[in-house]
Amino acid sequence: MSTSSLTAPPIASPHAHGGNSVTLTMFRVQLALLPATLFGFWLFGWPSVFLFLLTVLSCLGFEALSLKLMGRQRFKGTLFDGSAMLTGWLLAMTLPPWAPWWVAVLGGFIAIVIGKQVFGGLGQNVFNPAMVARVALLISFPVPLTQWVFPLPLTSLAAPDFIDGLRIFLTSLPLPDAMASASLLGFSKTEMSRGIDLLHSLAGAQAPALSWLGTRAGSFGESASLLILGGGLYLLARGIITWHTPLAVLAGLAIPAAIGHAIDPGHYLSVSAHLLSGAAMLGAFFIATDYVTSPNTGAGQLIFGLGVGLLTWVIRTWGAYPEGMAFAILLMNAMTPVIDRFVKPRILGRDRKGKPLSIPEKKGA
Amino acid sequence: MGFMNLFKHFLGKDWGVHPADHKRPASDVPTRKLPIPPRLHLMLSQHVGAPSRPIVLVGEKVRKGQLIAAAQGNISAPLHASTSGTISAIGEITAPHASGLPGMAISIDSDGEDAWVETEVITDPFSLSPEDIAKRVAAAGVVGLGGATFPSSVKLNLGRRSKIDTLIMNGSECEPYLSCDDRLMRDRAADIVTGIRLMLISTGAGEAKVGIEDNKPEAIAAMREAAARFDNVTIFPVPARYPMGSDRQLIVELTGREVPSDARAADVGVIVHNVGTAYAVQQAVCLGRPLVSRVMTLNGGAAATPGNYEVPLGTLISDLVAFTGGTTGDVAKLVMGGPMMGTILPHMRVPVIKGTSGILLLDANEAAGGEVEDCIRCGSCVKACPMGLLPLEMSARIRNDEMDAAADLGLADCIACGCCAYVCPSHIPLVQYFYHAKGDLYARERNKLRTEATKKMALQRQERLEREQREKVEAAAKRKAERAAAAAAAAAAEAAKQGESA
Repeated sequence: MSTSSLTAPPIASPHAHGGNSVTLTMFRVQLALLPATLFGFWLFGWPSVFLFLLTVLSCLGFEALSLKLMGRQRFKGTLFDGSAMLTGWLLAMTLPPWAPWWVAVLGGFIAIVIGKQVFGGLGQNVFNPAMVARVALLISFPVPLTQWVFPLPLTSLAAPDFIDGLRIFLTSLPLPDAMASASLLGFSKTEMSRGIDLLHSLAGAQAPALSWLGTRAGSFGESASLLILGGGLYLLARGIITWHTPLAVLAGLAIPAAIGHAIDPGHYLSVSAHLLSGAAMLGAFFIATDYVTSPNTGAGQLIFGLGVGLLTWVIRTWGAYPEGMAFAILLMNAMTPVIDRFVKPRILGRDRKGKPLSIPEKKGA
Repeated sequence: MGFMNLFKHFLGKDWGVHPADHKRPASDVPTRKLPIPPRLHLMLSQHVGAPSRPIVLVGEKVRKGQLIAAAQGNISAPLHASTSGTISAIGEITAPHASGLPGMAISIDSDGEDAWVETEVITDPFSLSPEDIAKRVAAAGVVGLGGATFPSSVKLNLGRRSKIDTLIMNGSECEPYLSCDDRLMRDRAADIVTGIRLMLISTGAGEAKVGIEDNKPEAIAAMREAAARFDNVTIFPVPARYPMGSDRQLIVELTGREVPSDARAADVGVIVHNVGTAYAVQQAVCLGRPLVSRVMTLNGGAAATPGNYEVPLGTLISDLVAFTGGTTGDVAKLVMGGPMMGTILPHMRVPVIKGTSGILLLDANEAAGGEVEDCIRCGSCVKACPMGLLPLEMSARIRNDEMDAAADLGLADCIACGCCAYVCPSHIPLVQYFYHAKGDLYARERNKLRTEATKKMALQRQERLEREQREKVEAAAKRKAERAAAAAAAAAAEAAKQGESA
């Protein structure tokens, strides 16, 4: 039998459709990211706007190039299905807000070409493309990727105007010391390495504050934990993601943090410091929930999420890098096929191992 | 949709989908009777099992309800004339199947009188023995009217043999657009309950549980009223969720029992019958009327007069559509059955069969099939699958022609309900994949059986030849020995004779 009946126009049922589409799903995720993104624009000013736009454009450009080179039949539909745009969007949100232009272009290349298209395109990649790009950039160019600008809201006097913003974006000059700031995770790691424990370092005057609202140094789109959380709840309500992954990621991070902090607050950051810092919220709701690279059963997602949370805490606590969310997600991405292989739903009428249930004995027979 | 979705997954029982049901306004219009069309075509194969065998000749006059084709074998059903008239042909007509291939049918030219044969009305049907009820049901050609068209009497007898305790009546009608069972329950609840009580006697079950989806409050009320006097018939509203009408799902919902994947419902002490079947049983047993017509739904955006119609079997869909005022706009898809599991028909010159629960004339909006995109592994299909399968993994295997891997993932457990394809954001025709793979595996299985049979026959032939050879040699040896013995005896006799004479 040939496989021609798979490519022919479908005649089999169902003859109705629920109306969901890839584009609609991607659009809703972008809608959920919008509040945090707009807040990021306000918080970090024009350079962040340019960074965001160029990252998204670069992803779309490399997607178009890849599709052309591969000779894809469905060009326009695939290019504008929202997936490349979402990858760019997520990548931009994890970059330092005043990162220079070439970070955006290179990031787009790594994410789309190396992270996604070489595996065969949408749905085929093993690793989350945005995280592949973010980690590759961080390891290759540690300096521009760890320069955190202190929030300078657009309305404040010190904020760069449009032209200044463009100049900052295009000329990759190092940040003036007065404007640079450390993130909480970076600061505590540095101080720890200098032998100053957390009790003293965090009590100091230069210690970065924690903020639900996001007025803290950090990546462009991840600092407003409350807005990210809101977007995540919207995705949950819309049924685009389920509670398994986010809850497991946050639990996997919070539980060891709580235990560590209770034992030795001098060496282990508190739960709130972990949950409100870095990419915890963004990772839990938007990146670890990536359909392609996470398990497709609820139980599998719980395992996956707990792994992400735990690895993040381990890397943050003992690793060389202050933030570990991206590494943790990539490591668990690699585990996804294994999890999917072993964690499967129970088939009705069969036991967990796939053996048919035994037929009950007849009463009186 | 909305806030409750946050908790949906905590609450469990999350299988299936909630398609827009499109049942009203068609379900609120009383059932109308279709006039007798000039010519009817009764398919010989409109039930599960062997096709029926014609027992009439072309040119013969028949009356409504007269047997025109007899059942063949254990699993089969007889066929009766659905109106009075003359047999005009016994030949091929397009079968109600997506392929558009022909099947054998008996054509009757109606004489317009619609005159019944003499039927035997039974005054006290409840005094009949279980076997007699099943016999009458078999003789009337009643099959499962929910769409499965399995001969009902076989199931009644199976229930009795398996000593089932519960008869489950399926009134859930979970397919969107269809409302024929709903209408039947509203209009003829008393007859249905009589049918259920007869089926209880015939199966030997202690009680009957009637599951009706809670989007049919009128039917629930009517059935409750009709069943109020009988303790052993209980009406259970079940949540409206597709595919609630699938037998395995309904059995779990109503009894909490799970049918093992390699077993039948009777193995866990239940049998599922459709409420429409109960009505046909009542007609057959009490009035002696064979199954010659059925209530079916005509619906869809392109139908001029959506509603339920009592249609003689064998009516061409073109006649049905013409009688009901034709179509409004273009028919983008012509479907027999519901939109979730129904079959596309190639054209309208196809007859109504016993299993036709509805005809849908879907317009371009309703039939919109999106462009097929890549799987994004969103897992919607996994959440929707009522059987707990992994449709995305199975389809990935099937695309690569790894049918055995797909079978290992549980392809055989797929009930083709269509939930996965309904929710797929990439519009992947998953059910088509599964049909394809099942067909492939079935063909391979048949090939294997054929090869084995050939091998067995070849071996038998070789054995036979060897045996014959051996027997020939043995026979020759025996003959030789006999000859030698005879010669020896003759010689001895000769010697004795000589001795005597000497």
